[in-house]
Amino acid sequence: MFSYYLQLGLRSLRRNPVLTGLMVMAIGFGVAASMTTYSVFRATSRDPIPQKSSQLYMTQLDNWGPDKLEKGEPPAALSYKDATALLNAHKAKRQAITYPVGVSVIPEDPSRLPVREGAYATGSDFFPMFDVPFIQGNGWTREDDDKHASVAVISKSLNDKLFNGGQSVGKQVNLDGRLFRITGVIQDWAPQPLFFDVPNTGGFDEGASVYVPFNRAIDLKMPNDGNNNCVEEPGEGWDNYLRSECIWLSLWSELPAKADADAYRQYVTGYAAAQQAAGRFRWAPNVKVRDVMTWLDVQRVIPPESEVSLIVSLGFLVICLVNTVGLLLAKFMRRAPEIGVRRALGASRRDIYAQFLIEAGTIGVAGGVLGLLLTGLGILGVGLVFPEQIARLATIDPVLILLTLVVSIVASLIAAFYPTWRAAQVQPAWQLKSN
Amino acid sequence: MQIQPILSALRRHKAGTILIALQIALTLAIVCNALFIVHERIDRINRTTGMDETNVVAIQNRYVGSPENFVPLMKSDVQTLRSLPGVEDAYVTNAFPLRQGGWSTGAQTDPDSKKEGVHTALYFGDEHTLKTLGVRLIAGRNFSPSEVVTVQPQQSPGAPQVIITKVLADKIFPDGNALGKVIYLAKGKPSTIIGIVEKLTVPWIEWDTMDNVTIMPVLFNSGYQHFLIRTKPGQQDAVFKDAPKALYAANRMRVLPEKYGVRTFEMVRARAYQADRGMAILMSVVCGVLLAITAAGIVGLSSFWVGQRRKQIGVRRALGARRSDILSYFMTENFLIALVGVIVGVILAVGLSQWMFTHFEMKRLSLTYVGIGVVALLALGQAAVFAPALRASRVSPVEATRSV
Repeated sequence: MFSYYLQLGLRSLRRNPVLTGLMVMAIGFGVAASMTTYSVFRATSRDPIPQKSSQLYMTQLDNWGPDKLEKGEPPAALSYKDATALLNAHKAKRQAITYPVGVSVIPEDPSRLPVREGAYATGSDFFPMFDVPFIQGNGWTREDDDKHASVAVISKSLNDKLFNGGQSVGKQVNLDGRLFRITGVIQDWAPQPLFFDVPNTGGFDEGASVYVPFNRAIDLKMPNDGNNNCVEEPGEGWDNYLRSECIWLSLWSELPAKADADAYRQYVTGYAAAQQAAGRFRWAPNVKVRDVMTWLDVQRVIPPESEVSLIVSLGFLVICLVNTVGLLLAKFMRRAPEIGVRRALGASRRDIYAQFLIEAGTIGVAGGVLGLLLTGLGILGVGLVFPEQIARLATIDPVLILLTLVVSIVASLIAAFYPTWRAAQVQPAWQLKSN
Repeated sequence: MQIQPILSALRRHKAGTILIALQIALTLAIVCNALFIVHERIDRINRTTGMDETNVVAIQNRYVGSPENFVPLMKSDVQTLRSLPGVEDAYVTNAFPLRQGGWSTGAQTDPDSKKEGVHTALYFGDEHTLKTLGVRLIAGRNFSPSEVVTVQPQQSPGAPQVIITKVLADKIFPDGNALGKVIYLAKGKPSTIIGIVEKLTVPWIEWDTMDNVTIMPVLFNSGYQHFLIRTKPGQQDAVFKDAPKALYAANRMRVLPEKYGVRTFEMVRARAYQADRGMAILMSVVCGVLLAITAAGIVGLSSFWVGQRRKQIGVRRALGARRSDILSYFMTENFLIALVGVIVGVILAVGLSQWMFTHFEMKRLSLTYVGIGVVALLALGQAAVFAPALRASRVSPVEATRSV
């Protein structure tokens, strides 16, 4: 029966190619617009580290005073004083401070020009905490942290550039004229959104190719390459900067269980209260310890353009559906006499439903195929609307292909439901009489 | 034209009527919001910077290594650039309009004030800055070479002389006599306003006070800076190629990033407004396709109605109705449906805009756009129904006598 109805449906669609084309196009355009914008939305709203996102926490505390804050939200980074005090208390399974340090890598071969690389100063816990994948060696050790060792971890692409992809653990890399011993090479690792450095990247960035120990970077006075916010003059020199209330450091902690997170939150609140008692803060503790997804949400990582265009294109899909409902209604009702004859010859309402829903389903399939082609074009054009760091994340994968087809078919069936119901209501006697 | 018979006929086609009205309503809601977004973005893109943007090249530079003092390097690089054949003038700075990154501070008139002051962006420069940017000095004088001071990192920048924009001058000194007055841009560092420029915008494209800019005669001792170059007319392309070569020839211990390292000002502008232009394109395409689909839907449904009513049309024609009566019947019918559609649509449009206003901090829809949308959709409906209506008017009175 299915194949017979399919044949009937195809024949009926062929009979009226303009109307059919119109419906296919309406569904195709509607679905393609929604899927293209959805692909961007999906990329910007995804969980960058799904296996651990609920165990990783960003620490914020108010060292500025409530009158300097926007809506009571503590600053998105910590001062050197607070970050190091919280780190040295060792209240989490793993913990690392990070800040971006732009470095220039000077190749050993003097005929080659220096290259600028993105880099982070951080602690040894960074690598196991974020499950950073190593292809050679390992991260440096906690001992290296304590010794302020001059060591570094580099990315695969930098290893390719400097050592032609060869074994480089134990070799030296020259950063701005200072030598660092390589302890490990990682995959080019840049989870998107780049959750551990949202304030400086907006969440979408190519990631870094060099990591050096935080303690060493501070010794070398490696300037912060990211945002620096001060509410008052820090005074001249590096030491005054470290003593200042300027905020520029991120502190991430791994807290495996909820109880750990609560205990840690309590500890940080206690720390802030102690600062208040000591007279440094003249306000009550304002502390936020947030996991990855909450942090991304609060930082509004999803660009408003992504949400607005998703909403507009969903509205567009709804209009296309309303349009299809109207056209299907016209098409089906025009065949009222035919339906009357079929019903009179013994077809049940269920048969009519089956026949017309299958006909609509074929429109959905055709619309889905068109939608898929247009989604492909749309994704190529995403770069016109979104910055390239985001556009490159919008890709077609099997899930999106399947979703496109499913949405088209479901949409066409939803659109067909009312017209089919009307068709099934056709009274055979009426139709036969007027004929 | 009798409206009554049209209404009673529509009562027999409730579903089709509602569908067309709904489609018009939704289309109106989306189209006027989308057009509003397009308009807003185009307005942003068309803002001027106060600069003469032709023949300007911007170079992003980072020195490699960590010397204590970058100032001699910067000075000699600027000299290198100024001596290039196609170069009119050049200077070194921290930021410039549309760069999307820079410094800002609060300007005070009272050195001990606890208040935030008037927000202003800070541009570092020297006596070559005004000429390179191509901004017009409308009062006072330019910097002199001896006024340029060196500022160390972690030191808040302040210079004894500054040049500010007209808008900023009027905001700090509403009486209009800012020239020669003293302002404080950092604690304990008075700056005398020695000149006022007509217009210059901040480095960001989204800021509450786009025209509040202060230029300071400052060399900032840092490994990271920008060189701005004004080329002689017609020499932009040559300088674009030669300037980086000349810099590398002078000193190879530097990085000019592959991407966005060397840019003409057209490239700077294109990148700054990329998202706005993209959004405008996207919304225009959506509007176009949406209107086309709605029009096609109206044509489809109207044609169906005309086909269904051939017999009745024939009867009316046989009873003496003229072709124009039939034509205007269908046109009026569509107009009535569209009218209901746009009324609902206006409510939806305002609701959608209100929702976007609260969720995305977007501006509220201007009523002009609702008006434009209403007129456009009524016209679209009339245009779309015209062909089916014309076909209806050609139905011959003979149809009345046919049995089917």
